[in-house]
Amino acid sequence: MLCQRCQQKPATVHVTKIINGQKSELYLCQDCAKELEPQLSFSLAKFLSSLLDQISEPSRGEPMGERVCKKCGLTFQQFQKIGRLGCPACYRHLASQLDPLIRRTQRASRHRGKVPRKLENRKRVRLEIERLRDKLQQLIAKEEYEKAADVRDRIRYLEDCLRRQGCNL
Amino acid sequence: MRLNWQRESRWMEGEGPHSDVVVSSRIRLARNLSHLPFPGFMTPSQEEEMIRLAESAIQRDRVTNVAGKLELIPLWELTELEKQLLVEKHLISPELARARGKKAVILSEDEAFSIMINEEDHLRIQCLLPALRLEEGWEKSDALDDALGEELDYAFNEEKGYLTACPTNVGTGLRASTMVHLPGLMLTRQAGEVLTALTKIGIAVRGLYGEGTEAQGNFFQISNQISLGLSEEEIIKNLSAAALRLADQERQARELLKQQRPYFLEDRVGRAYGILAHGYILSSQEALQLLSDLRLGVATGFLPLTLGKINQLMVKIQPSYLQLLYGREMNPWERDVCRARLVREFLKEAA
Repeated sequence: MLCQRCQQKPATVHVTKIINGQKSELYLCQDCAKELEPQLSFSLAKFLSSLLDQISEPSRGEPMGERVCKKCGLTFQQFQKIGRLGCPACYRHLASQLDPLIRRTQRASRHRGKVPRKLENRKRVRLEIERLRDKLQQLIAKEEYEKAADVRDRIRYLEDCLRRQGCNL
Repeated sequence: MRLNWQRESRWMEGEGPHSDVVVSSRIRLARNLSHLPFPGFMTPSQEEEMIRLAESAIQRDRVTNVAGKLELIPLWELTELEKQLLVEKHLISPELARARGKKAVILSEDEAFSIMINEEDHLRIQCLLPALRLEEGWEKSDALDDALGEELDYAFNEEKGYLTACPTNVGTGLRASTMVHLPGLMLTRQAGEVLTALTKIGIAVRGLYGEGTEAQGNFFQISNQISLGLSEEEIIKNLSAAALRLADQERQARELLKQQRPYFLEDRVGRAYGILAHGYILSSQEALQLLSDLRLGVATGFLPLTLGKINQLMVKIQPSYLQLLYGREMNPWERDVCRARLVREFLKEAA
């Protein structure tokens, strides 16, 4: 469809005006639209930020089909444009759209390499807690309550350590 | 901030396994912290926080025990020339040199380790060694990564592995690469075919300075394309195997040239030496092409120079190094004259 004003360029802007209940529609090209309705000139930044404002209002929820990272506000569309994610949490919040893409480009979906030392440590602490719980049961069965109390305190301490470190994604 | 710009990087030593074809080996690990947005989305104060965290981590014993003394260089305190020099020595990426904002690089004393801060990812741990030494590079980077990982909270999840700004690096965050010198395959017009075959088995081929740069002087970078679903050892084994195959084919091509075109290689190397030793105007492009021929002469044993000397020259002919050496900014023509003089004197001394 050609622009209704200049009849030369393709119409890319659809303007609907309702004045006093009278509805009028216009199909314009980008240039004519800018001339006639300067406030309409399309700004991607404004568009995105208005979208983000909308999303951050909890009552409205997500707009149709638009996934957004709840931590940094990046949308999947933004990611597609710039090719970079906003924060580590994007992997979780945009998973439904990101995961197929990762499977396609990497031809795999599960990590099989090394694990950070800190997580290894957490795993080790979890195992240690399990071991101490068994020991606690044994000590209680043997009625060695003083020793059992020590072990119980140690378990509490380790559990506290895990909690204080927080959960890494 | 004073940059020790004349210092020789470890990779420039040149000698090592398969050094007749493989110039250097690089391991790069992309790492991010879990509590900060990725660099493209950081505020200036978050960038500064990242740098502070890295700076305190590299002072810990468990880190220096692995990497030796590490120095953090704030890139905003360097001149454009000094930043470009770090690119010319392959210690930082062209993107990081161009970037505005709070960026930094951490260097070990032998410049084998370089850690880019706030590039595409929070940390890019790199180990750059001469010749084919991917396994050694991996062992070193792995140890440094372990040590840093005890000081910093890496973004990691058990399914996706290390989380990176670009999903093409997710998983291991590992990019292993080698710089190979393929004049034989280029002269026998086999390079295109051989390199295309590599891309079909998951290996990417790039130019001299990595992503988005063109191949100059018959130098190519080959690297793994996939970072997820394989262990680091598997990725490195695959790339090593490809580099070995490539080295084999390059040697066969050189042998073929020797047999089918007597004196062709000798003549080429001799002419290159002649121009380099006696020319008065030398562009960096011409210099690189001639040094490529010279390197072939050293690698095939009929030029009494060392690969280390060639590597030194490869860096010294670069625009920023020249301008730092002569202590002033120069226009391209002045550079071409100074470059020719530097090379003449270097070869006279080396002879």
